[in-house]
Amino acid sequence: MAAVTLLHTKGLSRRFGGLKAVQNVDFDLKQGEIRALIGPNGAGKTTFVSLLSGRIVPSEGQVFFEGEEVTGDPAWRRVRKGIAYTFQITSVYAKLTAYENVALAAQSALSRSGAVRKKDLDRAVAEAIEKVGLSDRARMKAGELSYGHQRLLEVAMGLALRPKLLMLDEPTQGLSDAEIDNFCNLVRDIARTATILLIEHNMPVVMQLADSITVLNAGEILANGTPAEIRANPAVQAAYLGS
Amino acid sequence: MRQHSAFKVVGLHLAVIVLFFLAQFVLPEYHHLAVTRVMILAIFALGYNLLFGYTGLLSLGHALFFAAGLYGAGLTAFHLGWSVPAAFAAGVGAGFFASLVIGVVALRTSGVAFMIVTMMFSQVAYLASLYFTTYTRGEEGLVMPEAARHFDLFGVTFSLTDPSLRYNIALLLLAVTLIVILIVVRGPMGRVLIAIRENEPRTLMLGYNTFLIKLKAFVISGTISSVAGAAYALLFAYVGSSFASIQYSIEALLFTLLGGAGTVLGPILGTFAMFYLIDIVSGFTVAYLLVTGIALIALVLFFPKGILGTIRERWMTWLP
Repeated sequence: MAAVTLLHTKGLSRRFGGLKAVQNVDFDLKQGEIRALIGPNGAGKTTFVSLLSGRIVPSEGQVFFEGEEVTGDPAWRRVRKGIAYTFQITSVYAKLTAYENVALAAQSALSRSGAVRKKDLDRAVAEAIEKVGLSDRARMKAGELSYGHQRLLEVAMGLALRPKLLMLDEPTQGLSDAEIDNFCNLVRDIARTATILLIEHNMPVVMQLADSITVLNAGEILANGTPAEIRANPAVQAAYLGS
Repeated sequence: MRQHSAFKVVGLHLAVIVLFFLAQFVLPEYHHLAVTRVMILAIFALGYNLLFGYTGLLSLGHALFFAAGLYGAGLTAFHLGWSVPAAFAAGVGAGFFASLVIGVVALRTSGVAFMIVTMMFSQVAYLASLYFTTYTRGEEGLVMPEAARHFDLFGVTFSLTDPSLRYNIALLLLAVTLIVILIVVRGPMGRVLIAIRENEPRTLMLGYNTFLIKLKAFVISGTISSVAGAAYALLFAYVGSSFASIQYSIEALLFTLLGGAGTVLGPILGTFAMFYLIDIVSGFTVAYLLVTGIALIALVLFFPKGILGTIRERWMTWLP
C-alpha cells in the first residue's frame, strides 16, 4: 500500500517568551491512519495541535496539508480545507439545541460546494448525530446534555465538517469506562473515512486504537513508532517515569 | 412540525403588517402621525437588533448611520435640489459606505472596545454636523424645501404633505425591512450570526470567516438604519444635529431591549411601547429622559430578555 502523506510539518517551532513550547518538529501523518500523540504534561501537545489547526501562529517552520503549504492560512480556512479540531475543553453552543450545534458544522461543510439546501443539511445532521448515538436528544439544548454526551456532540460536530483530518484533543477525559468503550468504537468507525490524530492521556485507549504513536517531550519529538515499539522504548519510559 | 412553524411565523408577521395597515383607518389624526414616526423608528431598531440581538455586537454609535441616511437625503435635497427618490438613494448609499468603512475598523475590536470605538465614530459625526453649520444649520437644522415635498413616479405625482401617503410609505419600508430581516435570520446566515453571538472562537473553528460575516451584519444593520434616517428626513421634512447625538444610539438599544433583543418583532413592539411611554410621560414632565434612563436600568436588571424574549422563552418557542 503506497502511503500518501496527508499532513507534514517542517521545523515547526513556537516560543512563548522564553519558553520553547514546540521546538523544530518534523512530523508526517499518513492518509487513513490513526495516530496518537502522547507525552507527559506540558510536553507541548496542545500547542502543537493548535499550530496544525491554525489557532496559534508558529514562530518558525511550515505546515503542509495535502502537499500544499497552509502555514499562512487562518484557522477557518484550514477547517474548510479539511482540518477539523475538537476542543479539549468542551466548547459546544450551550444555549442552542444539539441539532443546531451539528447543523452549524454541516452547513460549513456543505457551503464549500455551493448553496446549502435545507434537505441536504437535515440529512447531514441526522447522519452525524446518529453516528454518535444522540438521535433521541437532538432537540435538547446542548447545555442540558450530560458531560459525556457533550463530548459526543463535539465529535458529531467534527464529523459533520466532513474532515480529511480530525484532531481529537483528549476526547475521553471525564468519560466513564462504558462511555470510553463506546467512544473507541466510534473512533474506529470514523477512521474509515478520515485520518485521525488523537491526543490522549489514557494509555489503554491509545494502545487499543492507534496504528502508530508519536511521543512529544519538552516540545520535541522523542519517538515515533508502533504501539509495541513505543511501549518497549527506554527513552519513552524514562520520560514518563523519570530516570 | 417545522413546516407548521414556518407557516405560523409567516402568518404572524403578515398579521403585524396587516394590523398596521388597518390601523390607519381608525387612528385619530395625532396618533396617525405618531404611528408613522413609530414605524420609521422601528426600522432603525430592526437594523440595530440585527447587530446587537442576533450577532451580539453592542454598538453605541448607530445614531451615525441613522444620521448618514438623514443627512445624505436631507443635504442633497436641500442644497442640490435632488428629487425625493434620488435623495433617498443618496441617504441609503451614505449609510452603506459609512457602515462599510466603520465596520472594517470597529470590528477589529470586540466587547467594551467595540462599544467605545462605535461611540467615538458617532461623536465625530455628531460634532461634524455641528461644525459644518453653514451647510447643516446644526441643532437648528434644515427644513426641507417645497421641491422636496413631492415627487413624480411612473407619471404620478405624490405629495409628501399627505399624511396618508406618508403613513403608507413608512409601512411599505417597514414591511420590506421586516422581510429582509426574516430572510437573513431564518436562513443560513442567521444561524452563523447566532453562533458568533454564542461562541465566536468555536465558530471560527467550524470554518467560518467570522470577521467577514460580522462585517456583513454590520453593513446590513447600518444600511437599514440609514433607510430609517433617509425616510425620516424626507417624510417629516426636517434634518437636525440632535438625530446624530448619542441619545439616538441609546434609543435604538432601548427599543430593542424593551421589545426583546434577538427576536424579529421585538424592536417594533419596543419602539411602539417606548414611544408611547415617553409621549404620555411628556404630558406630565419635561424630564422624559429620566424615564428613558430608568427604563433602561430596570430592563437590564429585571427584564433582560425584553417582552418578546420572555414570551418566546415561556410560551412561543417557535418565534424567530
